[in-house]
Amino acid sequence: MTGTGITAAAPAREPAPGLRLTLGNAVLGRPGAPVLEGVDLEVAPGEILTVVGPSGCGKSTLLRTLAGLLPLLDGRLSQDGAPAEGPGADRALVFQEDALLPWRTLRGNVELPLAVRGVARAERRQRADAWLARVGLAEHAARLPHHVSGGQRQRAQLARALAGRPRAVLMDEPFGALDAQTRAGMQQLLVTALRGTGATVVFVTHDVDEALFLGDRVALLGTGRVLDVPRPRDRAAHAEPATVALRREILASLGDRPGP
Amino acid sequence: MSAPTTTAPTTAAAGTERAGPRRRARIRRARRTAAVLVALAAWQVLAQFRVNLWLRFAQFPTVTETAREFARRLGTATYWQDVSDSLTRIVGGFALAAVLGVAVGTAVARSPLAADLLGPLLEVLRPVPAIALVPVAILLFPSNEQGIVFITCAAAFFPVTVSTRHAVRALTPVWEEAVRTMGGGRWRVLCSVVLPGALPGILGGLSVGIGVSWICVISAEMISGEYGVGYRTWQDYTIVDYPGVFVGMATIGLLGRFTSTAVELLGRRLTRWLPRTAHAAPPSTGGRSRRRAGRTLLGGTS
Repeated sequence: MTGTGITAAAPAREPAPGLRLTLGNAVLGRPGAPVLEGVDLEVAPGEILTVVGPSGCGKSTLLRTLAGLLPLLDGRLSQDGAPAEGPGADRALVFQEDALLPWRTLRGNVELPLAVRGVARAERRQRADAWLARVGLAEHAARLPHHVSGGQRQRAQLARALAGRPRAVLMDEPFGALDAQTRAGMQQLLVTALRGTGATVVFVTHDVDEALFLGDRVALLGTGRVLDVPRPRDRAAHAEPATVALRREILASLGDRPGP
Repeated sequence: MSAPTTTAPTTAAAGTERAGPRRRARIRRARRTAAVLVALAAWQVLAQFRVNLWLRFAQFPTVTETAREFARRLGTATYWQDVSDSLTRIVGGFALAAVLGVAVGTAVARSPLAADLLGPLLEVLRPVPAIALVPVAILLFPSNEQGIVFITCAAAFFPVTVSTRHAVRALTPVWEEAVRTMGGGRWRVLCSVVLPGALPGILGGLSVGIGVSWICVISAEMISGEYGVGYRTWQDYTIVDYPGVFVGMATIGLLGRFTSTAVELLGRRLTRWLPRTAHAAPPSTGGRSRRRAGRTLLGGTS
């Protein structure tokens, strides 16, 4: 990874360290329809926390709340100890569905968070191109989103989220709609792209193997348990006894939940 | 020996493939011209022989009389004065309506306060035909000119407002959420998401609006104008100059066609990003590739 544009742009500002996100005794959901109650969660700066849980258990609600799109019904949300209200540029959200603006080219989409931050036009373009190159979309920069594949759109969305140099990246099953092969490639790409950003990541998925590969810790939503992953982001750890045991434990807890 | 026999069929095939759509296009053009010519011939016959079969064509000017009158008027300054007056009124009124309509439609769709304050008022005013506002315009405005622009604007305002309101309400929520999680505020969301996203719908309203604007500008001119195509047409009717009336109608038709084509083309330019069926063009080549896509579409239907 040469990434000259990235390293050149980086010293302009001190490297943004990851955010510490804390939910205390929180009630999440829409007004009148709480989905999760009594949530206590602490996400450490710079870690990757994966969140698993059966569908409909409120994974997206959790993420939207952390992003500030959904106000808390009760309890508190803080970032670095200070109360967080409303969405902000330091907490980027990568959506499960296609959230690129269809009238902007991939480059235009990646430039958007930079434009919001008031980055000058020339630098905006240079940084956007560097990020697109980093996710392997350099030659598609001038294309419109519906002219590229679903995997490429998700890569562009990742580049867009990271281009704004957020201190936390919240990802809502970003690879959920992709086929298994593309998905494995995307996981690797995510790990590479995050390297050096120092950003805190909360990654929601229903795929236990994805959660075990990416996460430093895995949170089981609904049970309140958070488990440490022995060797995160190491494909070789897949078959190790510790990982196998952990997978079994997670699957068992997921399986127990809806039962009587 | 073998070389010519192998190349000959391929070039021939390519030749027919290319000629096929072009010939079809020529046939279609000929068919359209023929339709117009047949209509004109029917008019000529009915008027020439003063046909009176319940519908009475006795007073009708013939095509040739109308054409002669049209040609004569094209050489007069009054004709061009009329055309430019009508165009000025419609462009002014329509532009005003476009700006106001988009602003009000967006405000009503996005702000509960604006919806409460403006919503009921709009619902009551909407059913009033713009041309019924002529007395109001006469009371309100010092000059006829401003009154006509007001009526033209009122006519186009409602279709633009209503379509903008619907388009803004139908926007995909994740677009706005994405910009908000980038730290974008109200104005950023408005400029980067709401207006571009609602544009296809807004353009629908503009297309309807320009048509209604013509109806109202002509009617208003007939009632209270000085100069203008509508005024002239009514004037010709009162002095029993029927070829003149038909020249006026033809002029209105041509001007209407011209302005709605302009709106249509502008719209297509601004919404080039919209996915266009399975034959959507590759992005880099722009207009040329769309033409090519059209041709393959024609080829596909054969």
